Amino acid sequence: MLQIPFWKRLMIVGACLLGLALALPNLFYVRVEGHNDAIKEIEQAGSTPVLEAQKGAWPAWMPSGLVNLGLDLRGGAHLLAEVQVEDVYADRIDAMWPDVRDALREVRAEVGTIRRQDSDPAELRVRISQPEGMAVALQAVRELARPVASLTGVGQNDIVVSGDSADLIVRLSEAEAQATDDRTIQQSLEIIRRRVDEVGTREPTIQRQGEDRILIQVPGIGSAAELKALIGTTARLTFHPVVGRSSNPDQAPGARNEILPSLDEEGVFYIVEQTPVVSGEDLVDAQPAFDQNGQPVVTFRFNATGARKFGDYTVENIGSPFAIVLDDEVVSAPVIRDAIRGGSGQISGGFTVEESNQLAILLRAGALPAELTFLEERTIGPELGADSIEAGKIACIVAGIAVLVFMGLSYGLFGLFANVALIINVGLIFGLLSMIGATLTLPGIAGIVLTIGMAVDANVLVFERIREELKSAKGPARAIDLGYEKALSAIIDANITTLITAVILFMLGSGPVRGFAVTLGVGIITSVFTAIFVTRLLIVWWMERRRPKQIEV
Amino acid sequence: MRLKLVPTETSYDFFSLSRVTFGLSGLLVVLSIVAFFIFGLNFGIDFRGGTTIRTESTQSVDVGTYRDALTPLNLGDVSITEVFDATFGPDKNVAQIRIQAQDGQEAITPQTILAVQGALVAVDPAITFPSVESVGPKVSGELVQTAVLAVVLAIGAVLIYIWLRFEWQFALGAVAALVHDVALTIGLFAAFQIKFDLAIIAALLTIVGYSLNDTVVVFDRVRENLRRFKKLTLREVLNLSINETLSRTVMTSVTTLIALISLIVLGGDVIRGFVFAMILGVVIGTYSSVFVASNILLMLGVKRDWSKPDNGAAGTQFGNVDA
Repeated sequence: MLQIPFWKRLMIVGACLLGLALALPNLFYVRVEGHNDAIKEIEQAGSTPVLEAQKGAWPAWMPSGLVNLGLDLRGGAHLLAEVQVEDVYADRIDAMWPDVRDALREVRAEVGTIRRQDSDPAELRVRISQPEGMAVALQAVRELARPVASLTGVGQNDIVVSGDSADLIVRLSEAEAQATDDRTIQQSLEIIRRRVDEVGTREPTIQRQGEDRILIQVPGIGSAAELKALIGTTARLTFHPVVGRSSNPDQAPGARNEILPSLDEEGVFYIVEQTPVVSGEDLVDAQPAFDQNGQPVVTFRFNATGARKFGDYTVENIGSPFAIVLDDEVVSAPVIRDAIRGGSGQISGGFTVEESNQLAILLRAGALPAELTFLEERTIGPELGADSIEAGKIACIVAGIAVLVFMGLSYGLFGLFANVALIINVGLIFGLLSMIGATLTLPGIAGIVLTIGMAVDANVLVFERIREELKSAKGPARAIDLGYEKALSAIIDANITTLITAVILFMLGSGPVRGFAVTLGVGIITSVFTAIFVTRLLIVWWMERRRPKQIEV
Repeated sequence: MRLKLVPTETSYDFFSLSRVTFGLSGLLVVLSIVAFFIFGLNFGIDFRGGTTIRTESTQSVDVGTYRDALTPLNLGDVSITEVFDATFGPDKNVAQIRIQAQDGQEAITPQTILAVQGALVAVDPAITFPSVESVGPKVSGELVQTAVLAVVLAIGAVLIYIWLRFEWQFALGAVAALVHDVALTIGLFAAFQIKFDLAIIAALLTIVGYSLNDTVVVFDRVRENLRRFKKLTLREVLNLSINETLSRTVMTSVTTLIALISLIVLGGDVIRGFVFAMILGVVIGTYSSVFVASNILLMLGVKRDWSKPDNGAAGTQFGNVDA
């Protein structure tokens, strides 16, 4: 019968009120956003009267969760980057060379002299002068292997050593390569996060996607190109001994040397030793500054290890030049005049003030372990987003009113009940979206409008059923009861199937499409709730007050 | 007085023209497949890589001038279309420029974008660029795969769900209707060369959901009437069920269409394709739940051994939810 226990009524009304309260902040979006930002700011930087005023603009006891606006609504930049994880193998292999050399020197009697060969950067190739000693050489180098430090690679060694006539080849093992990849991605994520944080934009999204990709979304930034300049630069700073200068880029640099172009001098190339003396990993600080001539420079400081290495090198090489290399370009190649023991120095390369600022940020945040290539980039201007929100809002309101009028005309009083439920439904959608911190995108707005149209479906099913039951001449209460009972299985089946598609969309979709899936899914849940519980409660209230002998649906 | 789109009592015979309607549906599906292969879909950059630049200017758009400005840059295939929308004022002239993926590059370089923007500013100083989007061929290939997977998975999952809740004949009927809806929508997109991007896949899946919604409501009534009227033939039961639910079918389609139409008129040009796909889907989906799904059910026949009404028949063990 048409009886709903008191506690159930309380829960239904409570759920509606809670949902609407959670949705409320979205009506005052700008004010609440200012309030939330101010709280964050005060936590970090301390209080100021302006911030306090901003914070006070929204009462603290009110819910302050907001629906996040997606990039397509807020404007900003979106980048999908692929990390060139293989880059790191070369460094790892390079770092192994001194150990391999020492190990082979100890068995010199059997293997003869050794010489490193140029090779694929992912492998270390060493030629031994007595190939018949290969077995001994392999044995000696294999002893350098260490077990892989990862969960999946337990029991495996980090390197694979093989012989190829007179060459001994060292490569990373598969398990080690995998573990290295993982570290590379983690490190890249961390460094990208630091760089984006340095420029202080709000709520960036930086997350790993799949094996070797990183998704970066920064709202409010002017263009993807700007973002790319910030995170696409590897910013690998190294200091190399200079072998010579040249104007011919194709000149053979000699074994274990490389030829690098100059950053600011057209047509000038430097031949430098491949292995750096010190690298940016040993930097502890970098700041933009001006030199005595008023030119923008970047000053830096090494940590203890870096300072010692750099100091030792400069002591031994007074009078010869060394190259400051940034991402395979020689920034400058000054001559060492004195031993530099303090561990600090400056880089001058004809920078503009902006460039020196950016370089300092990049050096502070650290170098990316590997190069990034960009697979996807999108820039959406804030005006376009604002237009979309405005258009979406109007469409929502018009759609809502049209549906309300139509329902009222079709079902009379019961239509009004359904309309109240529909309005509560839209409120609940926003409440739930705010609660789970979902992101609203343009297709998401379309999802809400679609839900407005479809949400009445459950009510329509029930009302049509009640009409049918009324025809079989039962009392109104009985007809309403039966109407709900018999329409239930259709409502459940119809909505579960739609929910299935929403879940699949969510799992496989990305970005805006995922936003659509979320609003669609949330909309289905709230519309079933409002149709089954809210409309019913309204009808029961009405029946209890009026006790009509006859009803018209 | 109530607004009634459908008379209170109807007894249309939906199967009297079943050969015609079924034949028509079959023909349209075949035509859609033909259109798909002949015209192909007008894929957006999501699916074939490349760059789109949206331009906005107070001066009117002259596609020819834009093209002349961009030709010296040698960018390969460049398409320029003017975008119209009711909400734009006379001072707002929008165009969409699409540039093919450049050889050997995953994403377009900032230099290329700057060059394009520079060339356009030279012919129209008032021009601005509200959005620039670039997708590399690697990602777009994967997006195609995921999209196809999503549609197939959705249809498969639904097949299983309806099979569990009803019987396999119902599931086949529903899925045939879904395939019909998706095929027709894709066919129309191919025939009219409307831009087909990631959002359209979302629309397709929504159509799957909507069409199913409709079909399930009819089938639910069929299941109920099969138990109630054991003497009626399947055809009579189907007709009765469709007639009984007709009012609801029309009501829901109309409210959904009201919402979608307000969105296509007022929602801006960015999501127009998406909304258009959904409008098509609602119309086709409503049609197919009556004329395709039920027709197939009629052809396949249903085992009518409903001796124990609630849990007697195989395959309906979950058919009785009381929430």
